Amino acid sequence: MEKSYYDPKDLKKFGDISEFEPNLAKKFFNWYGDVFKEGELSEREKSLIALAVSHAVKCPYCIDAYTEDSLQKGASEAMMMEAVHIAGAIAGGAVLVHGVQMMNKAKKLSM
Amino acid sequence: MIKSLKSSGNKLSEINNQLQILSGYPFNGDLPKFKDKLEPLNQFPLKPSKIEIFQVNVGYMCNQVCKHCHVDAGPDRKEIMSKAYLQLCLDILDETKISTLDITGGAPEMNPHFRWFVESASKLGLKEIIVRSNLTIIRANKKYNDLPEFFKKHKVHVISSLPYFQEGKTDSQRGSGVFSASIEALKSLNGVGYGIENSNLILDLVYNPTGAFLPGNQSQLEKDFKFNLNKNFGIKFNKLFTITNIPISRFLDYLLKSDNYEDYMEKLVTAFNPSAVNGVMCRNTISVDWDGHIYDCDFNQMLDMKVADKSTQHIKDFNLQKLEQRSILTNQHCYGCTAGAGSSCQGTVA
Repeated sequence: MEKSYYDPKDLKKFGDISEFEPNLAKKFFNWYGDVFKEGELSEREKSLIALAVSHAVKCPYCIDAYTEDSLQKGASEAMMMEAVHIAGAIAGGAVLVHGVQMMNKAKKLSM
Repeated sequence: MIKSLKSSGNKLSEINNQLQILSGYPFNGDLPKFKDKLEPLNQFPLKPSKIEIFQVNVGYMCNQVCKHCHVDAGPDRKEIMSKAYLQLCLDILDETKISTLDITGGAPEMNPHFRWFVESASKLGLKEIIVRSNLTIIRANKKYNDLPEFFKKHKVHVISSLPYFQEGKTDSQRGSGVFSASIEALKSLNGVGYGIENSNLILDLVYNPTGAFLPGNQSQLEKDFKFNLNKNFGIKFNKLFTITNIPISRFLDYLLKSDNYEDYMEKLVTAFNPSAVNGVMCRNTISVDWDGHIYDCDFNQMLDMKVADKSTQHIKDFNLQKLEQRSILTNQHCYGCTAGAGSSCQGTVA
């Protein structure tokens, strides 16, 4: 067992997942590359969305990768923090909206 | 104001210390050598094409002390090209018919012979005279306020650094107050017609990353700069050149102090783009330092790597034919010019 589950150096080895299953990895990386190409959204908008999602899914590799990618694509620190706040707002909202379920149950059980 | 590496006694002011770090000690000993990337492409030794740009560094004195400066320029640098050597440069341009003069520094305007040099060069019928102005010099002192008119009179192509279209990132790299002074200078350049459509007065900006990351897509960043500078300040310019920070001098110092050096070198190597090799600027440019010595590029100049042919290492012995047949000297810092879309004093190359 490694001393830590996360090692920053492992990010550079991401492509190595093809070692155990090359066909699916190839499909994944091709698709991944296409996802981030400029389309209706710019590459920078996609990078900022990826940065927000990285925080929402709590992926330290992704946070490192898309912080640098956002800077590289000309995003300001304020833009990046606004993206993180969006992730936070959605995450917070996702918790709080379950409060309605709690209220429904509580009301059903109560006199 | 911070001091240059040289006057602060920083160990990197000894060129050998920089070369030792670049060679892989104590970091990155296992990174492939730049030479090993060129050999499979049949590009080693790297050879020049036709020399089209004569780049003269007229001195290391500057009114700014930027954190990333590969020249280690600043107010405390006293190296300035003499009038006699500037005249020699003019003689070479006249005799060889090299089409472009590229004047850089430091702040080249601080050379006391700068205006005479530009005026004299403008009489040679060159295709282009480039001045790499840091912008703030125009606002630094009354005696420089008329530089926009002077540039216009001699149809100078102005290329200026502006690392970002907002204050914070710009000032973090180039010093407090640089952004607002740069905006004022850009307005005065626009005021005489620079960067304005159909004026034939060219004002290009240079973006280089404000940290240990590579530049993004040049055309996208150009759109961002044009939109934001116009919206916020009414400023116009022609092109944006993205330039990769080369891991030497003060940028190397920053990389080492911020513990980014190893990762940055790995990024450059990983991003090596074979198709950028053909367009690297050392193939069509020759670089001259304040003391008349000749180099393959401004970066080699800062590493004191004079051109390989010892018979033409000084402008007193300038020999175009020999220089066009020389082998270009390369080292690990050259990965900076071949990463991603490539990098040169004229922006991307691939």
